[in-house]
Amino acid sequence: MIRVVLPVHLRTLARVSGEVQLDVPGVATQCSVLDALEARHPMLRGTIRDHTTKRRRAYVRFFACQQDLSNELPDTPLPDAVSIGAEPFVVVGAMAGG
Amino acid sequence: MSQVRILVGTRKGAFVLSADAKRERWDVSGPHFAGWEIYHIKGSPADPNRLYASQCSSWFGQVVQRSDDGGKSWEPVGNEFVYDGVPGTHLWYDGTPHPWAFARVWHLEPSLTDRETVYAGVEDAALFRSNDSGQTWQELPGLRDCSGSYWQPGAGGMCLHTIVQDPSDPGRIFVAISAAGAFRTDDAGKTWQPINRGLHSEQIPDPKAEVGHCVHSIAMHPSRPNVLFMQKHWDVMRSDDAGESWREVSGNLPSDFGFPIAVHAHDPETIYVVPIKSDSEHYPPDGKLRVYRSHTGGNQWEALTNGLPQRDCYVNVLRDAMAVDSLDPCGVYFGTTGGQVYASPNGGDDWAPIVRDLPAVLSVEVQTLR
Repeated sequence: MIRVVLPVHLRTLARVSGEVQLDVPGVATQCSVLDALEARHPMLRGTIRDHTTKRRRAYVRFFACQQDLSNELPDTPLPDAVSIGAEPFVVVGAMAGG
Repeated sequence: MSQVRILVGTRKGAFVLSADAKRERWDVSGPHFAGWEIYHIKGSPADPNRLYASQCSSWFGQVVQRSDDGGKSWEPVGNEFVYDGVPGTHLWYDGTPHPWAFARVWHLEPSLTDRETVYAGVEDAALFRSNDSGQTWQELPGLRDCSGSYWQPGAGGMCLHTIVQDPSDPGRIFVAISAAGAFRTDDAGKTWQPINRGLHSEQIPDPKAEVGHCVHSIAMHPSRPNVLFMQKHWDVMRSDDAGESWREVSGNLPSDFGFPIAVHAHDPETIYVVPIKSDSEHYPPDGKLRVYRSHTGGNQWEALTNGLPQRDCYVNVLRDAMAVDSLDPCGVYFGTTGGQVYASPNGGDDWAPIVRDLPAVLSVEVQTLR
């Protein structure tokens, strides 16, 4: 079971509260987790990564285990603590002030 | 009894303002989609409870929402806008070729007759259509075949912001693009032609060029679909031949720069603009918020000030932020970047704010419910 934490605007859009828990077949990677997330909540397609290229949107970040995984390759395995559900995979809207 | 419903898009959410035909007491609901930019919301003329909203953010991109109960509840629909074929390039600010890339939906225009069909004007400029209530979107690529490789963005981005359907001819649609100009199709979007003859823009190398004009908005009265009114970057223009030619009707306006233009619901020669000081000073001249009305289809204008701030006012009124209802007398409405939405229940003679402190208003649309 993979735990995913979404930013508030995407929780509202997906109509979920708290963490999203996903069964992700095979190795847990950014790509496989987001595939499973978008399959469960199709309204999130295009809001975290591009529909076609699957590239992360510029102002979205991926954190886990106190690490910034945003620039890891999409098929890189996530930390073990994420893959066993001990730690969440966190989707973050980048800080912006002003 | 008739009702009026105003659909307000703002920088941080949508608001729905409702009143009976007296238009004196207003119910305000919102923010819907709080925290998101709502560029435009519009109801289907074929089914007024069917609404479409363009919701976007710099963080999470584009979402399109649909309501089937007049805005009480919403459902996200399709948000994938893929340009047809190999999209090619347009000109970038430095004059170099730049790949076409989708940024956001500026304007949603539901079909006049079919609740399932809706058009979307997007940045980078293109026209999309959905025939399945917004679930999927297909580009009408003939528009970009119309010299699109030479289009160049203005400071606000290269957006298709105006879509006007001819109620007498289902094949005829007018669109406007910043900063390319106005275009018309007579075959439901297969082929297009520029309709910019008579426009004069000192900001481009050839002031009379076929394309490159920064059209801000176009309005039409449904009873006279060949008569178009345009607020350009500078100049208020009029066409009496469906855009084949234009003539300036700025007349005695204090400034002919502005963004929105609207036509009275019952008098097709009565039009409204909101003069703005200049292309760099986006606020009313002299700090006085004045709507200008012409009963003569342009040239002779009168200032409408009763109830509007006449000192220290430095807000803007954006291109999609003025609309009319179809009651008698005709109601006129506009929203400002300062968050006010003003209403006039008598054709512009008197004004009062419905709300004063919304986020910056991006769009105002009005539904008259009978």
